[in-house]
Amino acid sequence: MTAFIISICTAAIVYAVSILYAAIGEIFTQRAGIMNLGIEGIMLMGAVSGFLTVYSTNSLKLALLMVILVGALLGLIFAFFTVTLRADQTVCGMAFLIFGSGLSGFIGKNVTGIASAVKFEKIEIPLLSQIPVIGDIFFKQDILVYLMYLIVPLSMFYIYKTKPGMILRALGENPAALDAAGINIFFLRYAYVMFGCAMAAISGACISLSYTNFWNEGMTGGKGWIAFSLVAFSRWNPVGAVLGALLFGGISIIGINMQIYLPGIPSQFYSMLPYVATVAALIITTGSFRRKHTEEPAALCQSYDRENR
Amino acid sequence: MIIGAIQIEKKHMVPLRDKILNPIVFVLLGLTFSSILIIAVGFNPIKVFSKMISYSFLNLRGINGSIRAGLPLMFCGISVSIAFKMNLNNIGAEGQYAMGAILGGAFALFGPELPFSVRLIVMFLLCAAGGGLWALIAAALKAYWNVNETIVSLMLNYVALLFMDYLCYGPWMAKNQTTAISESIPKGMYLPNIGNTGINTGIIAAIIIAILLYIFFRHTTVGYQVGVIRNSLKSAEYAGINVKKYILIVMGLSGTIAGLAGFVQITGVVHRVQAQLPSGSGYTGIVIAYLSQFNPIVVIIVSVLFGGMENSSAAVQIMGVPSQIATMLQGSIMVFVIAGEFFNHYKVTLNRSNRGKNRNNRGENRINKENHRKVRGVA
Repeated sequence: MTAFIISICTAAIVYAVSILYAAIGEIFTQRAGIMNLGIEGIMLMGAVSGFLTVYSTNSLKLALLMVILVGALLGLIFAFFTVTLRADQTVCGMAFLIFGSGLSGFIGKNVTGIASAVKFEKIEIPLLSQIPVIGDIFFKQDILVYLMYLIVPLSMFYIYKTKPGMILRALGENPAALDAAGINIFFLRYAYVMFGCAMAAISGACISLSYTNFWNEGMTGGKGWIAFSLVAFSRWNPVGAVLGALLFGGISIIGINMQIYLPGIPSQFYSMLPYVATVAALIITTGSFRRKHTEEPAALCQSYDRENR
Repeated sequence: MIIGAIQIEKKHMVPLRDKILNPIVFVLLGLTFSSILIIAVGFNPIKVFSKMISYSFLNLRGINGSIRAGLPLMFCGISVSIAFKMNLNNIGAEGQYAMGAILGGAFALFGPELPFSVRLIVMFLLCAAGGGLWALIAAALKAYWNVNETIVSLMLNYVALLFMDYLCYGPWMAKNQTTAISESIPKGMYLPNIGNTGINTGIIAAIIIAILLYIFFRHTTVGYQVGVIRNSLKSAEYAGINVKKYILIVMGLSGTIAGLAGFVQITGVVHRVQAQLPSGSGYTGIVIAYLSQFNPIVVIIVSVLFGGMENSSAAVQIMGVPSQIATMLQGSIMVFVIAGEFFNHYKVTLNRSNRGKNRNNRGENRINKENHRKVRGVA
């Protein structure tokens, strides 16, 4: 029984981390006032670029660097559209979704289904991994999971305890005030969009380089959207995102395991679980029958135009 | 706003010429960008594009094929356009299409023995109902609890497609088959071709629906009020327009039409229900709708072009080009057309004249100074 619980919890953490990178990146982007609906497409681009690099060089470091570069480049384009050209952020996000999934399928066609020689392996942390149960669950993971252990407290500290974090929060609430205070909000928005996209790309790499070691067209299977809805679910708070990600991770892992113990129900119904759970969570957390969402950045999804102040 | 030597001004009126020319220019730019990607993968883009065009548009068989492939795209494109017209981001056309196909397909496969024309009509209505009801889930959540319709409609896509997978791998799977397809529907329910041209009659249905919707949104009170809601939600509420009702109507209508894509695809093209039947048409519909600027009649034309693009991707696959080229092209075209939209709303000019003015000013200053000196000298 303990072994079963450990295996479920370990898998849930792996699943959670694979959406958390994107979710935390999107929290920063949305707090800066830009809504990026195209996470799914950017995740796919991250997954394919990481896999292609590993496939041709066998170097994971190089792959991670490549993933971050590709993500940041896509972020640069997205920021150019939404910040400089002031395009509709929703439409732009959908364009990136379609562009990302099309382009990733196109450049990854020749390596579809081939396993790469290396992937992020589980590393046991000395001493900590010796703790019964907890050590098995938390400290026998791969490097991307350990990185996440650092990113969550760091991002909390950054958003709530530092001056740039305060500026970030203001950026999504009242950009005009910041502009008047002489802060270059265009530069900041570019930076946060690029950061968010780079994080989304790492999320994709989690799937093609750690979760599995192959590439398949559309392999993220809606995880980008789950990450997106996690942002509202978390109330733009990284710790909230962790809880939400663990919840979704737990639900889908339990679904997969139930399949083994209750084979009477067709597998497709278990696969529906995370999507149905996302809708349910979205209704519970953002439905207007609850008190008004005060945490939502007030300037979210509005492009800033000095002339329209 | 002035950035360096570039001056950006808002345009208040967009001339019709720009409205038509602008997307065309940016589609071409998108294709140029795609050419770079095609070169990067190691192919000659001119060869690839000319092969695609000659396969789908330069002979009668190709054109018929393009129309056939464009059929479900027309319905998805119209579906997305009418939702986007009211700023409802229904990206669930894919799932609504699937649910329409499931409900209509169930009747076609297992329905009672009736005259074929009656069966076709019932199936038509059931497909519409399947899509419409599926869209109403997202619409009701949006209307009553203000839940983001984008995410809900997308999540429901995955649910609908998984349900379709279940049916086609499970209870509906044809005997002696290893792939997830059902038995074919009765021959009498196949949509006929127009005369002996090989063009499927489904296109007539699409054109009629497009024209009806065009008139509906242009010339009825409902259409007018939808326009008010799109332009300003606040003024619509102030004017006493029941926004909730319109969310339900427009989203339901959008889903209904997406469901009809299932009808034409089953009766006109594949003649059976199969897993992954929509194969991305719902998403392509978004690109089409946006390119057609949400005009249902333009959607028909653009859909045929896109249908040709999808068909010809199989033709260039023989050359070794990945068949995903179609999706890649759609994505880059959409990205570029969105960028182009900016130039419809803003006028960008190089700010040379201003610099010239400064120089003149400097000249004037010098003259003023000389005058001043002269005056002082006199004094």
